Amino acid sequence: MPKTQGQPGMLGRVTGALGRSRELTLVALIVLMCAIVSLGAPQFLSISNLDQVTAMAAIFAIAGIGEAMVVMTKNIDLSVESTIGLVAFLVGVTLRQGDLPVPAAWLLGIGVGLLLGMVNGAVITVFRIPSIVVTLGTLSIFRGLVFIIAGGKEVNLSDLPAGYANLATDTVLGVPVFVIVAVVIVAIVGLLLWKTRFGRQVYAVGSNAEAAAILGIRSRLVTFAVFSIAGLLGGIAGVMWGIYFGTIYATSASGVVLQIVAAVVVGGVSIAGGTGTVVGAALGALFLALINNALLVLQLPQELLQAIYGAVILVAVSADALLSRRNKGQAAQEAAR
Amino acid sequence: MTAPAVRSRRLPLASLARWETLLVILLVGLLVAGTQLSRFFLSANNFANLTSSVMEVAIMALPMTLIIITGDIDLSVESMVGLAGAVLGTLMLAGLPLPLAIPIVLIVGGLGGWLNGLLVTRAGLPALVVTLGTLALFRGLANVILGPTVISVWPDWFTEFGFGTIAKSPIPYTLVVFAVLAAVFWLVTHGTWLGRQVVAIGKSKDAARYSGVPVASLRNWLFILSGVVAALAGIILAARFSSARNDNGTGMTLTVVTVVLLGGVDINGGKGSIPGVVLAVFVLAVLQNVLRLAGVSSEFQGIAVGLLLVFSVIVPQLARQAKAALDRARRGRRPPAGSMAAGEINV
Amino acid sequence: MTGTSVRRFVAGLATTAIVLSACSSSTPSSAPASQAAPASQAPVASVPASVPASQAASAPASQAASGGVTAVVIPKQINNPYFDVAFKGAQKAAADLGGTVTQVGPSAADATQQVPFIQTATTQGVGAIIISADDATAVAPALKAAMQAGIKVVGYDSSPAVGAYNVFVNQADTAGIGKGLANMACDLAPSCTGEIAVLSAAQSATNQNAWIAAMQTTMKDAKYSKLVWDGVVYGNDDPQVSTQQAQALLQAHPNLKVIVAPTTVGIVAAAQVVRAAKKTGSVFVTGLGTPKGMVDYVKGGESPEFALWNVTDLGYLAYAVAAQLAAGTIKGTEGETFTVPSLNNGQPYTIGKDSVVVLGPPFVFNKDNIDQYVASFGF
Repeated sequence: MPKTQGQPGMLGRVTGALGRSRELTLVALIVLMCAIVSLGAPQFLSISNLDQVTAMAAIFAIAGIGEAMVVMTKNIDLSVESTIGLVAFLVGVTLRQGDLPVPAAWLLGIGVGLLLGMVNGAVITVFRIPSIVVTLGTLSIFRGLVFIIAGGKEVNLSDLPAGYANLATDTVLGVPVFVIVAVVIVAIVGLLLWKTRFGRQVYAVGSNAEAAAILGIRSRLVTFAVFSIAGLLGGIAGVMWGIYFGTIYATSASGVVLQIVAAVVVGGVSIAGGTGTVVGAALGALFLALINNALLVLQLPQELLQAIYGAVILVAVSADALLSRRNKGQAAQEAAR
Repeated sequence: MTAPAVRSRRLPLASLARWETLLVILLVGLLVAGTQLSRFFLSANNFANLTSSVMEVAIMALPMTLIIITGDIDLSVESMVGLAGAVLGTLMLAGLPLPLAIPIVLIVGGLGGWLNGLLVTRAGLPALVVTLGTLALFRGLANVILGPTVISVWPDWFTEFGFGTIAKSPIPYTLVVFAVLAAVFWLVTHGTWLGRQVVAIGKSKDAARYSGVPVASLRNWLFILSGVVAALAGIILAARFSSARNDNGTGMTLTVVTVVLLGGVDINGGKGSIPGVVLAVFVLAVLQNVLRLAGVSSEFQGIAVGLLLVFSVIVPQLARQAKAALDRARRGRRPPAGSMAAGEINV
Repeated sequence: MTGTSVRRFVAGLATTAIVLSACSSSTPSSAPASQAAPASQAPVASVPASVPASQAASAPASQAASGGVTAVVIPKQINNPYFDVAFKGAQKAAADLGGTVTQVGPSAADATQQVPFIQTATTQGVGAIIISADDATAVAPALKAAMQAGIKVVGYDSSPAVGAYNVFVNQADTAGIGKGLANMACDLAPSCTGEIAVLSAAQSATNQNAWIAAMQTTMKDAKYSKLVWDGVVYGNDDPQVSTQQAQALLQAHPNLKVIVAPTTVGIVAAAQVVRAAKKTGSVFVTGLGTPKGMVDYVKGGESPEFALWNVTDLGYLAYAVAAQLAAGTIKGTEGETFTVPSLNNGQPYTIGKDSVVVLGPPFVFNKDNIDQYVASFGF
């Protein structure tokens, strides 16, 4: 029967296409999940819910884009959560004291993020120390600086200009401003990686540092640049964090590095370096944010949430590995034929 | 003989000499600083406190050392600490005597480690990714098992084991556990073929495989070992605080990794020593204790530990670079043929 | 005040530098010092003071002479405005009574990290430990060891296990807080009718669980019969998790009328979510919060009323109790009475069951009184 013969072929082709493109897999997963969840809880797809969830996802997407670039060069930045926390708090304190107008305070925050990224990049490249060691250290050091700046205080909404936190959910043509910012950054960084020599160098350094060196790529300079960009994007995420939550604590964003790395990994950026896209990383952040919200909206028992969340991450990354292996197998078979 | 085996036999001794000297100097410096800062520093009581406060981290650092030497990492250990406490407490409440419950908890730890190992070696996923997932999963299982319950009633002998010291000496029982484990790990890692195979995997998985090292199963067993030891740490933590709650152990993984890296283990694999990590445990414990006795507030303690970690890697790196420059200068423009290879093996 | 803090701060830096330069000769000791630049501009006035070892050493001698005592305050977490305000109260009491008090503690609310501070204070031989327990039983062995060493232990805010303290100063009795929470929910739900949900801290948070249980007990009364209980969700006192939980509550319960958040982090997160979702006026937020954190939402209409006890007085009372225990004027047994001149209008406090002293009823804040309390509470 042609039908029974054709179906596995079709299925194979679909999974093949999905396996080849992590971005497509994620889009399909997101659509599928939204459909299933909205059956159980129609309000999941309400505009006000999606606005708030996507606005928070945007913050993680932007930090995730920086992390993705770092991971592409076969490095990792564990300090990004402290960068977010430090920038968020610094901007809050600056605004509380009224030293600077709002846009200048934001620029200051982003500049500090860039500076912190440059510190990471400089220590890693000048002393040739593994990035995981350096950023594990700066994770504590940057957080310590927040505690010192905070001096036991928090920044309350009443310290900030009137209506400051409303910016997070303001929309333009129905799209939250935060989401627009994230999309613009995805586009810029995506083009940077896709179309420029620097972009190709990033992938080259991550996939084979020795070959890159032979080709005359100054891999330490590329690494430094990537960490600087990650710091800059961490700074932007930090500014947005402050806007979104309105109340900023010295411990703000503690522990989110795991969520950011998870978004990057789920987004198909390989920890082994050299592959992945920023679109994938951003979609990974969106996927995890939606899963999280869905689990809560479905009113599953509170005790189960984290177990399911962990299982989802495991399944998402395992499925990808299996799909891509299957593709390799098919390709090998075709080649053999 | 294959190259990795040759290296593994010579390398630990060569690097031991340098790295551990540095750590010993550090430790002595801290001890001197401690005695200068507070007259209470050398009291027996203080010694018991400062050691028992890091024992869970210390024992987890042992298998973590081997895992990092093979080029993997296990981020899930802190959640296994929570899960182990949850299972132990629940079994006890169900009426099972602790001596029977404890082996079951260790098996649970092994199963968790086996899941990690399976996904890493069979599915071929990076250890960082897998254990990031099980970090959430194991914590989630602890939540499922315990929920909001805090189990705080334990037999006296159990809490005494966690909190007490042997007879009237300042030696905590948990230090004995650590000492025994550390001795076993030291012997196996630096004195047997097993240890050499671990190092060989870290140098080059392919080379190790071709020389007959069972790479996949050894990595798998290391994850199982890590799970069992993390469960043991969870039991000790529950005993020390006479408390099993779903958030036991949160944040410990970073400290464990910090200790291992401070101990001179190369995060890229292939290099590291158990004595270095044991020294690093005490460097960290004494540093934290000295800072507390000096009344340095917690925000500076985080900064101090972070700086210590970064500088502990920078300093030997600079020393190596300086030595290399010196060697080049000494050799002049024509290095003897054999010296490069020998230098490579030693560095 | 600021002057001494800065000096202590610099002393702290110096010790860090000494320790680090002792660690390795090539460590540039200027690295930590350079961090003083941004810090000295920041408000360091409330950076918890350090304990100079020499001062701690002379503790036992000075305590017998004066009405005060050398006490160490160990909050759940330092750098937390709530505990810093309580510490200010303790400092004021120490100044009034002629003793000294310092605050040390972990930077994260974690019993594992809290215990070493108890042990260090015990080693230093302070006169009294004033502690808010991260975990009642986890800190008990260390506190019992401190009591055996002759140190008076006073719990405040969050109780250590019974038997591991001399006196516990409770901010307000549990039943009273539960009743207050139920009453505010009833006030805010239109004609005391409709769905209510609770956004708590961690699942295993002792205080919150007790208050929520007391609230449910109160709600068995017929007066609350039209309130529908939608359940409890947990935000872990993490702003991000609390926000996600509050967002999901609004979606999962479209007819929700009131979110009760008996935690200062959760209440702010919930109020911000209600505002961002443009549900102001249809969903109300109440619970326990700080005046300064909530003033914007009280005026904005998201949280017309919420409650808190006087945190400064809590710290003041805790120190005063520690001083009286050290002086031997009270033992901490049930039925004892004592007075603290500047508190409770000079009326006596009575030590109750399990050696607990209750500070008094919580304040309820609303738009008429909040401005005044923002100034007087200081946070």
